[in-house]
Amino acid sequence: MDQEIINQLGDELYAAFRSRSTIKPFTERDLDITLEQAYQIQQRFIARRLEAGETEVGKKIGVTSKPVQQFLGVYQPDFGILTSAMQISTDNVIDLDGLIQPKAEAELAFVLKEDLNGPGITAMDVIRATDYVVPCFEIVDSRITDWKIRIEDTVADNASCGVFVLGDVKGDPRKLDLTLAGMVLHKNGELYSTSVGAAVQGSPANAVAWLANTLGELGIPFKAGEVILSGSQSELVAVQHGDELECNVGGLGRCKVRFSGRSAV
Amino acid sequence: MKTTLDREAIVRLCERIEGAQTSAYAIPKLTDEYPSMTMADGYAIQTELRKRFIEQGHKLVGWKAGLTSRAKMKQMGVDQPSIGFLTDKMSRPENSVISTSDLVHPRVECEIAFVTREKLVGPGCTAEDVLQATDYVLPAIEVIDSRFSGFKFDLESVVADNGSSARFVGGGRPRYVEELDLPTIGAVLEKNGEIVEMGAAAAVMEHPAAAVAMLVNILAEMGEELPAGSFVMSGGITAAVAVSPGDHVIARFQELGSISIRFGE
Repeated sequence: MDQEIINQLGDELYAAFRSRSTIKPFTERDLDITLEQAYQIQQRFIARRLEAGETEVGKKIGVTSKPVQQFLGVYQPDFGILTSAMQISTDNVIDLDGLIQPKAEAELAFVLKEDLNGPGITAMDVIRATDYVVPCFEIVDSRITDWKIRIEDTVADNASCGVFVLGDVKGDPRKLDLTLAGMVLHKNGELYSTSVGAAVQGSPANAVAWLANTLGELGIPFKAGEVILSGSQSELVAVQHGDELECNVGGLGRCKVRFSGRSAV
Repeated sequence: MKTTLDREAIVRLCERIEGAQTSAYAIPKLTDEYPSMTMADGYAIQTELRKRFIEQGHKLVGWKAGLTSRAKMKQMGVDQPSIGFLTDKMSRPENSVISTSDLVHPRVECEIAFVTREKLVGPGCTAEDVLQATDYVLPAIEVIDSRFSGFKFDLESVVADNGSSARFVGGGRPRYVEELDLPTIGAVLEKNGEIVEMGAAAAVMEHPAAAVAMLVNILAEMGEELPAGSFVMSGGITAAVAVSPGDHVIARFQELGSISIRFGE
């Protein structure tokens, strides 16, 4: 697969993103796409968004839990780029009109106060370099028809990132048990699911260290101030107009979001 | 709900359960013989069993709530919680080897346990009443054991079989409830070094104290109260996990420490 085709596929994803439509999975076409090429397509997709005026604000880690890894048949996480346009801050209301086929995930975000240059980064380095952790919702979305993704499809599609909301409570990771902190998710006032930090690669800090090292191999550092979404601790939650979600993390606190409008699918 | 069994049938079924528990063999579920058996019948048999054990010199140390989480109800195919009694003969110390030769289908689950300092009386007991009357909370592992063949049972039979109670281990770090946010306490169950189950305490009826209140209200229906100094297990946070000789189990809790046990022949 040459650069021209990679650019074409990245542009196709960008066009789908812009028009809120979906495209046929790359893995169902006669492309023989590799994981490395999938990340190159992702780069092109994001480059188009940055050209249009968005700025890079951090990274997201996906495919961190055992059930999702088993579903996709891959036994390591993936990552995507977070941009300024993905961060929702207006009263924590998520406008579904801008999304295609969204699903919500509850997780922990790390906000860095120091650069992290992998490889060679451990979970202890991650805690040292973290300004604060915060409960958050990531709303994943797929530009691939019916979420029929294999790992190469979701990687090319920026790890299926949609938008994200950070909660208001900031926690010092030195004072928290990130591994054993419970995660309680309510949907419309009813208990939806519970989990713990250990669901993410044994501990969310492990997932962040994994990404620091993976990016380090590619010569990309984590920069101070970046937001790193460490991976879902909940099942995927289908959402529609009027739904309210709240996640509550033991020792840390809550993040609430409300959904309005109508997604494309 | 009314009992349908006469005194003779209750005594006969109690002896059948007692034999299965004491000699560790499996029996068909009781409803095979008495299809119209009610929950009240189940509790009448359980009460008869408790009286027999106490007459034999066993000391009643407390109670357990069972089937209090969605994970457990789903695993067991039932839709309401149940209770069972706990005696000194069922207690095992942490960091010990628990014999399996006197058990039929042993399985473990991690729970939050309460020790009371005031008596609790239903009906109308609330989670708030329970917290008021609590001396301290601590983590616990319950070893449950269904005495019914092929894991085929229904709630009536399980209640008669003392809610599958077999062994219990209290340990870890005792805490005052005022110092904790119980619903968001995370728990991880590890078997032989691998995480096999995880969750947060809210999985138990939104708040483990609500399960204890439910237990007190069921006791009230039986004309009983929960005395001060009782040890009460609030029900499995996660699904139960089968264990065999040689297995090493650790339950790790946020803020409450951990409990380690091994299983032998």
